[in-house]
Amino acid sequence: MTMTRINRRAFLQVTALAGGGFMLGLYTKAGTALAQGPPRMAPLVPADFIRIDPNGIVTLTAKNTEIGQNVLNTLPMLIAEELDVDWKDVKIIRADADNKYGPQFTGGSSATPMNWEPMRQVGAAGRHMLIAAAANTWGVTASECSTASGRVHHKASNRSSGYGELASKAATMPVPDLRSVKLKDPKDYKIIGTSTISVETKDILTGKPIFGIDVSVPGMLYAVFQRTPVLGGKAVSANLDAIKALKGVKHAFIVEGRPLRNDYPNYLFEDPGFESGVAIVADSWWAAKSAREKLEVKWDFGKWGAQDSAENAKKAQELSRQSAARTLRQDGDVEAIFKHDDIKIIESSYVIPFIAHGTMEPQNCTAHYKDGKLEIWATSQIPQTGRTMVARLLGLPESDVTVHLLRGGGGFGRRAYNDLMLDAAWISKTVGAPVKLIWSREDDIQHDYYRCGGFQYLKGAVDKGGKLVAWHDHFVGYGEGTAFAHDGGFNANEFPARYVPNYRVQSTVMPLGLKTGALRAPYSNCTAWVIQSFIDELAHAAGRDPVQFRLDLLTTTPLPLAAREAGLDASRMMGVIKLAAEKSGWGKRQLPKGTAMGVAFHFSHRGYFAEVAEVAVDSNKKIKVNKVWVAGDIGSHIINPSSAEAQAQGAVIDGLSEMTQEITLKNGRVVQSNYHEHPMLRMSQAPPQIEVHFLKTNNPPTGLGEPALPPILPAVCNAIFTATGERIRTMPITKQGFSFA
Amino acid sequence: MIRLKVNGKNHRFNGDPNMPLLWFLRDEIDLKGTKYGCGMGLCGACTVHVNGRPARACLTPVSAAANAAVTTIEGVSPDGSHPVQVAWEELDVPQCGYCQAGQIMSACALLSSKPKPTDADIDTAMNGNLCRCGTYLRVRAAVHKAAELTAANRTRPAKPAAKASSARTTRNGGNK
Ligand code: FES
Ligand code: FES
Repeated sequence: MTMTRINRRAFLQVTALAGGGFMLGLYTKAGTALAQGPPRMAPLVPADFIRIDPNGIVTLTAKNTEIGQNVLNTLPMLIAEELDVDWKDVKIIRADADNKYGPQFTGGSSATPMNWEPMRQVGAAGRHMLIAAAANTWGVTASECSTASGRVHHKASNRSSGYGELASKAATMPVPDLRSVKLKDPKDYKIIGTSTISVETKDILTGKPIFGIDVSVPGMLYAVFQRTPVLGGKAVSANLDAIKALKGVKHAFIVEGRPLRNDYPNYLFEDPGFESGVAIVADSWWAAKSAREKLEVKWDFGKWGAQDSAENAKKAQELSRQSAARTLRQDGDVEAIFKHDDIKIIESSYVIPFIAHGTMEPQNCTAHYKDGKLEIWATSQIPQTGRTMVARLLGLPESDVTVHLLRGGGGFGRRAYNDLMLDAAWISKTVGAPVKLIWSREDDIQHDYYRCGGFQYLKGAVDKGGKLVAWHDHFVGYGEGTAFAHDGGFNANEFPARYVPNYRVQSTVMPLGLKTGALRAPYSNCTAWVIQSFIDELAHAAGRDPVQFRLDLLTTTPLPLAAREAGLDASRMMGVIKLAAEKSGWGKRQLPKGTAMGVAFHFSHRGYFAEVAEVAVDSNKKIKVNKVWVAGDIGSHIINPSSAEAQAQGAVIDGLSEMTQEITLKNGRVVQSNYHEHPMLRMSQAPPQIEVHFLKTNNPPTGLGEPALPPILPAVCNAIFTATGERIRTMPITKQGFSFA
Repeated sequence: MIRLKVNGKNHRFNGDPNMPLLWFLRDEIDLKGTKYGCGMGLCGACTVHVNGRPARACLTPVSAAANAAVTTIEGVSPDGSHPVQVAWEELDVPQCGYCQAGQIMSACALLSSKPKPTDADIDTAMNGNLCRCGTYLRVRAAVHKAAELTAANRTRPAKPAAKASSARTTRNGGNK
């Protein structure tokens, strides 16, 4: 299955190979999805992660970008645990983008699974070296020594030494073999499993300039960039002289852009890469933005200038009636089942809109090009890729590009694309000064890598016994040839694949002139809605309880996995479904008329989540989500419980917001411009209670940025159906007259 | 010439009187705590107090703040000891944190007019403050907590936490 050309999963597989760790100088592939050629060898050293000053201060390097998931704490917590220091004695510094840290990849809920082993090993190796230093000093064997709270002890002789005193000697000790370094027994954990407040919380609460948008560099100018409003368009001419005459404006010029596809054969389909537009650089951002209001540009919009969402929808309808271009998976014989007359057949179509990320902090980047060297301040989720891209664009060796990582005001996938790095670097080089490029909210909403839309045409059958016997799905999406647009595909093995004897998924794609990309729980954030809604339709058609219907499905012996397929673990999924049902009192509570509960589950990013929503709908179709129960299984440990609860609650609210959002195209341009047209939930609309429960199972810990999101949309829609008899099959819900009260 | 007081300090401004207070604060007097989110009064990220009342700095021309006393997040307390900040830290409210300056300014304004707000009061006062990360439940709880702390007239010292020393090296774009 080729879901995407720039393939997240392939990337993760590659980087997972680097899970061997850092201190032993194991080699990692230059941590970028776009990296070309043979893997770059980057020997890694402990000193890059752990610094112990002679005065005993322990400074740990946080290598991943913070975008609100508290990864600034998470990874250093793993090091600190095994290093055996107290969290209160630890200082954290943010890393710059540098291959010496291994992959600094913030996406795919991967920080925990990718780093759980290596970061603990880094800490344990550090501890090992400190013990070796003490043992060597005292002339005793290392095995007689123990550690606690940043000190090495030798009980027999009643001696002890602080890490600070041992640090310089420890640095000369041999680095132990990673596979032999002993990790703590989890029952001895003192840091893992405790809630720690972000090391930057105080700075946030007192308004310190810690975000990307807050950077200032001496002599810095401010830029706005009017990118082509139509994908692939070119700025032909503009009233540049008039703009340059405006107050505060220093430079105004056309950027021709450059298709990066030539440099990166696996670059996104229609992504022109470095896009054309007009840059205005002024002595204040306000001056630049005000000047832009007077800007007149003559564009050549090229082939996408007439694109229209309504036309695409019409075309999808037509395509759905034709035979599909591609069969992604086929088990049994769905057509034969559909001919039986003792079954119930349900046919439904679901419409998935494009949506934008709308991070609270609009995209921005600061760049300073000087004497052939480039310095960047960015909030990139994949900074090493950004560094490669920008080095190639400007024709610099990567070693001459420094990328500082700053806190991002939300990421959700948007900051994975590094497009602003290219723009800012180009503008800085052109004007010969440091430049801060800030996008307006309108730029941000209109030039996104959108969650891809699509159309699902489903047909399912239940037999007399209420068993799901056939499932057919024709997914009409977007892409090129038969390949899907970036993160706009369909996974052939998606549940209920393997659990239904007759199962077929097919696809057809239409061309698209819009950039698409990863939005929190990419693909899952819309797929779960469609699948878990349709399963609900079938449960009701079968006259079965929606929880029991799901459990029965998962109890079915699955068809075997094909080679290289990964499948969900049904027992883990049943565990969380049962937990959500139990905590919510499923089927046991009397609810007033117009109020109902809905359930859904989804497996994504290695996490198992089931959610129940209690929803009240009034006669004006105003929805109030009274309460949500989240049950998740992300393995044996919840590293930071407070952050974990926050991620799950945030995912629920995020998912509810998505139910109100839509990006449409008219004349090739995005219609929506700001939060009034692409809304998000407000406080009064949020569920007053979101209960989060984790089922700890004997599996390696996995990530939580994403997997709690997908089930909330279908759980709420399923509740709405039970409350009103109306099934939501088109998002946003406003299309069917619903809204959040 | 526009004169105004920000966090007790006098400032003068000779530039474009239509420049929103937001950009005056951020780029003219280098107070970066007040955030830009939408520029249209839709998100509340830019909330400050003008003469004690909450205002959206993105929609307030600096001329409209002439001779006014403006308070920003930096003026709430320099060390995070204000009950609202203490409550926010205790309940671990921020995720990305970008909206939180605005949330805190709205909460402070609410508590000064209603020291014991109900959930409904909080929803009304805070509804203009969007949070993309979805921290609303903790924001609501923290407003209640701040009300309690204020009533008890005590502000507990914050829990010990490690310091982000890199903030010091990167916050002004300084080279490491
Ligand atoms: S930036 Fe002022 S309300 Fe959004
Ligand atoms: S904490 Fe991220 S937007 Fe509110």
